[in-house]
Amino acid sequence: MKHASMNKKVILEAKGLTKTYGHVTALNKADIKLYKGEILAIIGDNGAGKSTLIKALSGALVPDSGVIFLDGKKVHFKNPSQARARGIETVYQDLAVAPALNIADNLFLGREILRPNFLGKIFRLRHTAAMLHQAKQHMEELKIGIQSMRQEVSTLSGGQRQAVAVCRSAAFARHLIIMDEPTAALGVKESSLVLELIRKIKSRGLSIIVISHNMPQVFAIADRIHIQRLGQREAVINPKHYSMSDAVAIMTGSKKAHTQAA
Amino acid sequence: MSVLRSFLTKPTVGPFVALVLASVFFSTQSDRFLTASNFSFILQQVMVVGTLAIGQTLIILTKGIDLSCGLIMAFASIVMTKLAVDTGLHPLLATLIGIGAGGMFGFINGFLVTKLRLPPFIVTLGTLNIAFALTRIYSTTAVVDLPYLQIALGNTFSIGKTNITYGVLVMLALYLLVWYVLAATPTGRHIYAIGDNPESARLLGIRSNRLLLAIYTVAGLIYGLAALLLVARLNVGDPQAGQTANLDSITAVVLGGTSLFGGRGHILGTLLGALIVGIFRNGLQLMGVSAIYQVLVTGLLVIIAVSVDQLSREKN
Ligand SMILES: Nc1ncnc2c1ncn2[C@@H]1O[C@H](COP(=O)(O)OP(=O)(O)OP(=O)(O)O)[C@@H](O)[C@H]1O
Ligand SMILES: [Mg+2]
Repeated sequence: MKHASMNKKVILEAKGLTKTYGHVTALNKADIKLYKGEILAIIGDNGAGKSTLIKALSGALVPDSGVIFLDGKKVHFKNPSQARARGIETVYQDLAVAPALNIADNLFLGREILRPNFLGKIFRLRHTAAMLHQAKQHMEELKIGIQSMRQEVSTLSGGQRQAVAVCRSAAFARHLIIMDEPTAALGVKESSLVLELIRKIKSRGLSIIVISHNMPQVFAIADRIHIQRLGQREAVINPKHYSMSDAVAIMTGSKKAHTQAA
Repeated sequence: MSVLRSFLTKPTVGPFVALVLASVFFSTQSDRFLTASNFSFILQQVMVVGTLAIGQTLIILTKGIDLSCGLIMAFASIVMTKLAVDTGLHPLLATLIGIGAGGMFGFINGFLVTKLRLPPFIVTLGTLNIAFALTRIYSTTAVVDLPYLQIALGNTFSIGKTNITYGVLVMLALYLLVWYVLAATPTGRHIYAIGDNPESARLLGIRSNRLLLAIYTVAGLIYGLAALLLVARLNVGDPQAGQTANLDSITAVVLGGTSLFGGRGHILGTLLGALIVGIFRNGLQLMGVSAIYQVLVTGLLVIIAVSVDQLSREKN
């Protein structure tokens, strides 16, 4: 069987990632592979190690063992800033924004723009106007309809917050964006907004890893589906060749995949 | 009621109204309250607690609390005065070592909070006692005959009929500096973010632990500076000082509208809060209320302020 992905470039690959918490093995020699420009969905039961896997990829935790290659080069992230510096942006489950800050401050948190002259260099004065302006541009680019970048994030709806988190990642990612259940807390309308954002980001040539429990959504947007089970990669399937019930059966261990989508 | 509540929860409006109401009340109770000399006196009294409250604000903004600030100040004041008077060090060196001792205590607090992940409440309760004991071990009696350098900030100049202590200017300058850092620099945004949710801030790319450690250390240095103001005001190094300053500084911060739940608050609100505490102390004194009732009122004030904080959170 021929896959479109075969002649594509591998952007991220990890092999044998292991992470234990006391007696709990969250990751048990897990592998993952991501091609340039694709959307890879990760599915799996609660506790299958999905969040732990992407945290290892994004520097939020350091795995006990295993190797990660970015663009063919071995990388070793000690914290999220290091992964971010290499162009990997992540929207974490439940922790994706700073509610007390406004939208612009959220987008630029940790990489604020300073005034160009001595005010920035010596007095570390933030360039609020520039950040507000650029924030508005980024938000408009993704067609997120929020008027004021000065609005505090705690006053936004769940979907709008998630849109801010996604926009923050999209604005700065150079290689890939990782999203952990970006639609979990959202209603139907807000979910489709976020899915739309994900497609827009893909159309810019970025690669995306997205964790989700929502099978219809996964089958609607994913190029390939990574099935995580008991801390390992159980299978990778092409959504065109499998039904949702097959995917769920593989996920729960009642069925084996007959082909692997590379 | 909701109008009143939203009014009270506006950042600095609530504290300002409370300040005005308290002033009006006390001026009806005592003719001496609204005089220039009394105003100078209040400012002088507020200078020490007001400075401590700056460090306290930074820590409370990060969802922490510092019970040790008053006794760190007492320790620093004994170190600087004793080194200058008894050991005979150059006054400037002695003063810097004293301020450094405050910084060291702050660093220890920060180290225990970040590296060992202990709750700030317990850590600072421990260092409170350590600082208290070390102060007494080092000196049981007041240190007198201080060098000019250590009391210079207690001198005054006058604007009209009001005498202003130089130490008050130091305090105000520190407020301006911290206001600038919080409002206008990246570090300020990061402080609010880690107070809001430390794990989320870490994941968003902020080195939370490093920043927290720095905040506790800076707070310690500020307590060291407050020690110098204290010494300048009292003209002695007093090992008994600072014992009610913990609660006073926390009261000032909370009255000023900074949330004990972290991530929200204004440093200039703290200045208003410190003034409110000072005005209550002073007003009750002028009314002839005995000292123990002043303590009672401070206790009530802090509980009222915390309740307003809690109510405004529930509303959101
Ligand atoms: N910080 C931690 N301390 C202890 N155990 C943890 C920790 N983080 C994860 N685990 C455990 O590791 C396993 C994998 O957790 P993980 O969060 O990766 O699962 P998940 O696939 O993302 O689940 P969900 O779908 O519920 O989000 C679980 O058994 C979990 O309890
Ligand atoms: Mg998860």
